[in-house]
Amino acid sequence: MTAPDGYTAQHADEDEALHQEEALQGRPYELAVVQHGGLFRDLISDKLGIASFIFLVTLIAAAALAPWIAPESPTQGNLSNAFASPVWHGGTWRNPVGTDWQGYDLLSRLLYGARTSLIIGVLVVVLAGTFGVLIGLLAGYKGGRADRWLMGWVDVQISFPGLLLAMLLIALVGGSVLSVTIILAINGWMVYARMTRGVVLSVRERPFVEAAEMMGCRPRRVVFHHILPNLSTPLVTLAVLEFARIILAEAALSFLGLGIQYPTVSWGLDIARAGDHELFGNQWLIIYPGLLLSLTVLSVNLLSSWLRVAADPQEREKRFASRASGTVSGAAGGGGAGL
Amino acid sequence: MGRYIARRLVQGLVVILGVSIFVFVITRVVGDPVKFMLPLSASAEERDARREVLGLNDSIPIQFGRFAGDLAHLDLGESTYVRGEPALDVVFDYLPRTIQLVALGMLLAVVGSIPLGVLASRKPGGLVDRVLTTLSLIGLSMPQFFLGYILLIAFTVKLQWFESGPGPWRTHLVLPALCMALPAIGRLAIVVRSAMIDELNTQYVKVARAKGLSQRRILGVHALRNAGIPYVTLLGWEMIRALAGYSVVVESVFNWPGLGFMAKTAIQHQDFYLIQAIVLVVAVIVVLLNISIDIAYKALDPRVKLS
Amino acid sequence: MNSVNAAPSLANPAEKEAPLLEVDHLEVQFFTRRGTVQAVRQVSFSIERGETLGVVGESGSGKSVMAQTLLGLTELPGRITGGDVRWKGESLVHDASATLARVRGNEIAMIFQDPMTSLNPVFTIGTQISEVLRRHLGHTRKQALVRAAELLDLVGIANAAARVKQYPHELSGGMRQRVLIAMALACEPELLVADEPTTALDVTIQAQILDLIGDLQRELSLTVLLITHDLGVVAGLCNRVAVMYSGKLVELASADDLYANPAHPYSAGLLRSTPRLDVVMPRLVSIEGTPPDMISPPPGCPFAARCDLAVTECLEEMPGLHTYPDGRKVACWRAFEVGRG
Repeated sequence: MTAPDGYTAQHADEDEALHQEEALQGRPYELAVVQHGGLFRDLISDKLGIASFIFLVTLIAAAALAPWIAPESPTQGNLSNAFASPVWHGGTWRNPVGTDWQGYDLLSRLLYGARTSLIIGVLVVVLAGTFGVLIGLLAGYKGGRADRWLMGWVDVQISFPGLLLAMLLIALVGGSVLSVTIILAINGWMVYARMTRGVVLSVRERPFVEAAEMMGCRPRRVVFHHILPNLSTPLVTLAVLEFARIILAEAALSFLGLGIQYPTVSWGLDIARAGDHELFGNQWLIIYPGLLLSLTVLSVNLLSSWLRVAADPQEREKRFASRASGTVSGAAGGGGAGL
Repeated sequence: MGRYIARRLVQGLVVILGVSIFVFVITRVVGDPVKFMLPLSASAEERDARREVLGLNDSIPIQFGRFAGDLAHLDLGESTYVRGEPALDVVFDYLPRTIQLVALGMLLAVVGSIPLGVLASRKPGGLVDRVLTTLSLIGLSMPQFFLGYILLIAFTVKLQWFESGPGPWRTHLVLPALCMALPAIGRLAIVVRSAMIDELNTQYVKVARAKGLSQRRILGVHALRNAGIPYVTLLGWEMIRALAGYSVVVESVFNWPGLGFMAKTAIQHQDFYLIQAIVLVVAVIVVLLNISIDIAYKALDPRVKLS
Repeated sequence: MNSVNAAPSLANPAEKEAPLLEVDHLEVQFFTRRGTVQAVRQVSFSIERGETLGVVGESGSGKSVMAQTLLGLTELPGRITGGDVRWKGESLVHDASATLARVRGNEIAMIFQDPMTSLNPVFTIGTQISEVLRRHLGHTRKQALVRAAELLDLVGIANAAARVKQYPHELSGGMRQRVLIAMALACEPELLVADEPTTALDVTIQAQILDLIGDLQRELSLTVLLITHDLGVVAGLCNRVAVMYSGKLVELASADDLYANPAHPYSAGLLRSTPRLDVVMPRLVSIEGTPPDMISPPPGCPFAARCDLAVTECLEEMPGLHTYPDGRKVACWRAFEVGRG
């Protein structure tokens, strides 16, 4: 009722036609490529979105190149050079962001910390995402008893006090990038399974899937060629959000001393150690890693919220309309625009 | 209703059983409960003798049978870190502090998130919306322990309004509760905002406007009541996570002597009986909270049938 | 803008100078990423007290968008970009907050297309009817509930006293539309706007609801603006008919005139595609083609591309709404030529 009937009806027809095309060809990838060009243009028009994007790309590059660009080893220092100030507080370029109480170079530690965070984030998302999506596809597509058992498993595991158990497991097996990754993945696959199952259940009823089944497509083909492509948008959005959550979870575990252990570098661990030593003294040792961690998570979250808007045609229309109609404001009186 | 609650309690028991088997098995199989019970100087014979006394040399199923039997008598063994105390007593000594923290934190979260979310939803994409959404995102993007340190540095070290650590709870609870509340406000305000935007686009809101109802009634009664349905679910999750997860972090930053702090200590000292007791008690509270959420959900939405 | 053909028994001569409702060169546009959709283009008409005006057109003709402007319900991406709507001389478009607050639900009431989503699912029927009474008539909670039950009785809901305590999901679609009608009638409005009130209902229920609206209109001397895509619905209820096409008003005539002798080729096409009892028709004929893109409408008559009678002039220049001697208004270069073939 908010748009003229003809306009929306026409678009619904276009959507329908696209779906039919997918059903006939079984490969919507060309379409996805075309959309990506559009998405990127859209990203550039969103200032916060593009800033986050640039920040993350820079961070990823810096983390990848850490062994080459870090000024010093993150785990070797000279006590006589402890508490060196950052350059902008009169320090030297030898330690651009200063040093900690052991004389370790802070910039190097920040770069290596980024490596740990990003590697764990990506690995956990890939592991938990793959497992969760497979379980969700299985439950949603098979239905019946398989669905009940698998979703029962998901329900029970979601009810577990996850962080406590993760802490316990890491305390027992020891903290390393590998153990933290596996344990966080074990803790985090359930959301993917739930979402995937939900999408599968709704997509299964659509005509193009029914048509494919009727034409004798094998179940594997139906699942991977017809159902999986419909998952891409919600899955990407969820994976991005989960990436942010995992980075925070790793930092929290390491902060508690039950995650990454010395000599591996982690932002969470650094903040904990600085918090113990320097709460009343050189607080920048808490603030710099904390700020970098916060900015990373914030960028990921901003990117995901931009993605959500970009993927929702209605939201995009509204944003556009509120901008475009600003030029003719005053024409519409009453309570019309108030809501 | 009664039958529904009974069935949910049975389901809850399954979860609690699952959790206890899980904790039991990994502590016995992967860890060594005797490691921290005796001084480092203890000989291998002394350790073996203690194992024998505790029955740790029996097979895992036999040990679990004994554990289940003890559980039926609410006997969860003695803590090794807080020496000689029954583990369950230790849990109940520390639990009230955590409940205070979570309760005040969640109260602040509700009081903060609803007005902010409603305000942002009034003009989606407008200046107020963008500022509030960005602030919410910043709030939920900061690691909780970093936020805690910022609060400590600002209010305890610089301004000296509060003292750190345990003390008279009225003054000392404020910062940890705030630390608990701020990220939750961010997450919940975003939920309120998008739920309100969804509701304000519905046909019944258009009808309510056509009826000539006041803006206040449309927003505050018609839309908010419907937006409350997803909100209550997420608030419940938020409480569960605060209790079973965030409390460990927040209590560690502020040295707040609650169950979360105790959980971290018990894990660091591999005090398995205490860990078991903590995890089980938390699991029971989580089950009860989940049932309460469903009942609240039913109260808000007449379409929901509890079955 | 007086209507020659309004039922004389209902028209009050004293009101003749200022019509009850006057729509004056109204324009509504939708701002979309594809471009600006011109949903309502320069539409003017008026409604006299006591008459029933039908607005007919296919989906996308702008009739629902137009109806929503009457209560200030236009929402982004839609905006009123020109013209005015006057209620007893007062604008409902410009600086209208106070007027709208008084008029909405009280002097003008509206019923909508979809009864399934028009009621708030979490409140009882009684609450939703009584809040209108409490707002506009200052009823107490108790008074309002008693009156709500009376209103439900009026719209033919049995066992009304028990129904007020029920929730929308406990009622069928037809019942919900009755509840919405009761809600609209709560403050005894002077004008009832019914936007496709039967489209979402089963055929048998449709007839019941239309009968109900007809009965209420006679009993309460309501003025009704009925929006529909179905000329059959109009025939039973309306004194006058406005035909809309592609955001424009193309013909405004008395119902009898329109049925006997449609002047605009589009009206004629609509009529040929509607089953009738009074005329023997060999078959129903659909109108070929689709309405034009309303982002860049053609310079000439919007119907020209689908019109059998179209000449060059039709494609080049937009015909104005011309008033003919018999009182009807038609926007067509070849008006009245349909019958002559």
